[in-house]
Amino acid sequence: MTTTPRPGTGPSTSPTSPASTAPGSVVDGALRLAPYWATVLRRTWKGGVISALVTPLLYVVAMGVLLGGFIEVAPGELEGATSYLAFVAPGLLAAHVMTLVIGETTYPVMSGVKWHKTFFAMHATPLGIGSIVLANVGFILLRTLVVSAFFVAVLAPFGVFTTWWGAVLAWATQALVIGAFTTPVFAFAAGLQDETAFALVFRLGMIPMFLFSGAFFPVGNLDAPLEVVARLTPLWHGVDLTRMFALGTFELGPALVHVAYLVALTALGWWWAVRRLRARMVV
Amino acid sequence: MLIHARGLRKTFGDFEAVRGIDVDVPRGQAFGFLGPNGAGKSSTMRMVAAVSPPTGGTLRILGMDPAEQSSAIKARIGVCPQEDTLDLELSVRDNLYVYGRYFGLPRKEVRARVDELLAFVQLGEKADAMVDDLSGGMKRRLTIARSLINRPEILLLDEPTTGLDPQARHVVWDRLFRLKAQGVTLVLTTHYMDEAEQLCDRLVVMDKGHIVAEGSPLELIRAHATREVAELRFGAGGAQAEHEAVAEQVAGLADRVEVLPDRLLLYSDDGERTLAQVHAAGLRPTTTLVRRATLEDVFLRLTGRTLVD
Ligand SMILES: Nc1ncnc2c1ncn2[C@@H]1O[C@H](COP(=O)(O)OP(=O)(O)OP(=O)(O)O)[C@@H](O)[C@H]1O
Ligand SMILES: [Mg+2]
Repeated sequence: MTTTPRPGTGPSTSPTSPASTAPGSVVDGALRLAPYWATVLRRTWKGGVISALVTPLLYVVAMGVLLGGFIEVAPGELEGATSYLAFVAPGLLAAHVMTLVIGETTYPVMSGVKWHKTFFAMHATPLGIGSIVLANVGFILLRTLVVSAFFVAVLAPFGVFTTWWGAVLAWATQALVIGAFTTPVFAFAAGLQDETAFALVFRLGMIPMFLFSGAFFPVGNLDAPLEVVARLTPLWHGVDLTRMFALGTFELGPALVHVAYLVALTALGWWWAVRRLRARMVV
Repeated sequence: MLIHARGLRKTFGDFEAVRGIDVDVPRGQAFGFLGPNGAGKSSTMRMVAAVSPPTGGTLRILGMDPAEQSSAIKARIGVCPQEDTLDLELSVRDNLYVYGRYFGLPRKEVRARVDELLAFVQLGEKADAMVDDLSGGMKRRLTIARSLINRPEILLLDEPTTGLDPQARHVVWDRLFRLKAQGVTLVLTTHYMDEAEQLCDRLVVMDKGHIVAEGSPLELIRAHATREVAELRFGAGGAQAEHEAVAEQVAGLADRVEVLPDRLLLYSDDGERTLAQVHAAGLRPTTTLVRRATLEDVFLRLTGRTLVD
């Protein structure tokens, strides 16, 4: 009978096999979720790569080259850019990153708490809420950074980056943009009872920001009150910082403000996300 | 005691789902929560699974307080929730594999356990199928397999066989029997009498958040029902009024008579004899049945309601 599999017996009866343990920290727990997110990636990377290459090309050709061809720029009008293409390219990058991140934190998060209940399965194990959030945010960060790298690589041949290290920093800036959108939208989605409120996120949040936060035209073109609103949006901070690096118009003071703003929003969103997911799942 | 609860309560808003229950489950026991919809079984199970904080009372799982050591508790228990939480977009094998890794087990160890468990629940051939393509019974078996990946000391099963056809249910029962034989402590909820009678060493009957009876299946039947039951059905029309009238006539023939909308239940130790007396009294039921008393009868006695409606 010793050959009979004993799948259910407790650790006391099988002293040689490793026992399951509680994670030592939030990060330790999040790392245990890496195999899960790797399977998600394995399932979806092909479509991701194609759109990561095609999307920037479509954007830059349509907005930068074709539309930009109609726009004559007097020096100093476009925040230091010498062409509309050079102006709009960093804006496209940051704005596109925003849409990707919002896509990853709306329906997929609702699925985790409601449709597929994947978060509940995770939480039935020694993993805590913090680890679940961290792993998901970490996944979105890494994946979107890779997509951003493709984006930068596709844009670079169009001569939109004044220096190679400017391109690298413009890319690195996307980590801040990703954080600033991932954690708050995750938090918002985690507490929702149904998905109808996502329409609000898209229509009142994402699309207006996409259009009016300085990605396509300088926010200075807006009327004074609207300009203030635009300057308060996270996307504007992300766009402006990305653009500084791309155009080589870096200024320390404003750059620090952008970084501080985006980091603060990420942190606040993090705190809110853990809180909302816990309130949703631990009842 | 692996599970120890005193005055355990759970409130949602101002609704009391669990109203002060005492539970003790020693190592190796198969313990059941029996009760109708809304009795508070799942609420209790979720507290025991350390994912739902108790509103009041004491709760110790493996000697630990779930409010303080939920991770350590969850590392040593297995949970099969009422609603499957399988990842439909992952293969059968990947579902088990990623779940195993949540417990901090090394890659190689998890791979070995996955194969072992797939064989155990007879899903070896489906290892590479997508979970979405499995039948309900297969999904349930997969959920059970998943709950065993950490070799739990306590296995919590919330309605393990609800929605399964009789054959699938027997497969699950068989696996649970084996686990029990291996010394795993089982805690399960069910509203199937036969399941409770088959699997449980001891059980509590829950109703509206209270425990209304407690004991082994046999003890409960002895204490709250007779050995046998004679069921009488009379023609379809005007049944209820007719049943009430008949009930008066047969009252003296049995220890107790229950009037249900569609039939009369006569409790006695010799069902055939009771039935003969019914006929002798000149009554002509359209169909009759003599059977052993079950936990269903216990439940009816204790709550005045049937369990599965
Ligand atoms: N999260 C919740 N919020 C509010 N009420 C809840 C919640 N969970 C359970 N309840 C209520 O608590 C009561 C007990 O529910 P519970 O799920 O524990 O019953 P149960 O015995 O498992 O029933 P079933 O056999 O239908 O699974 C029900 O009235 C239910 O509506
Ligand atoms: Mg239930």
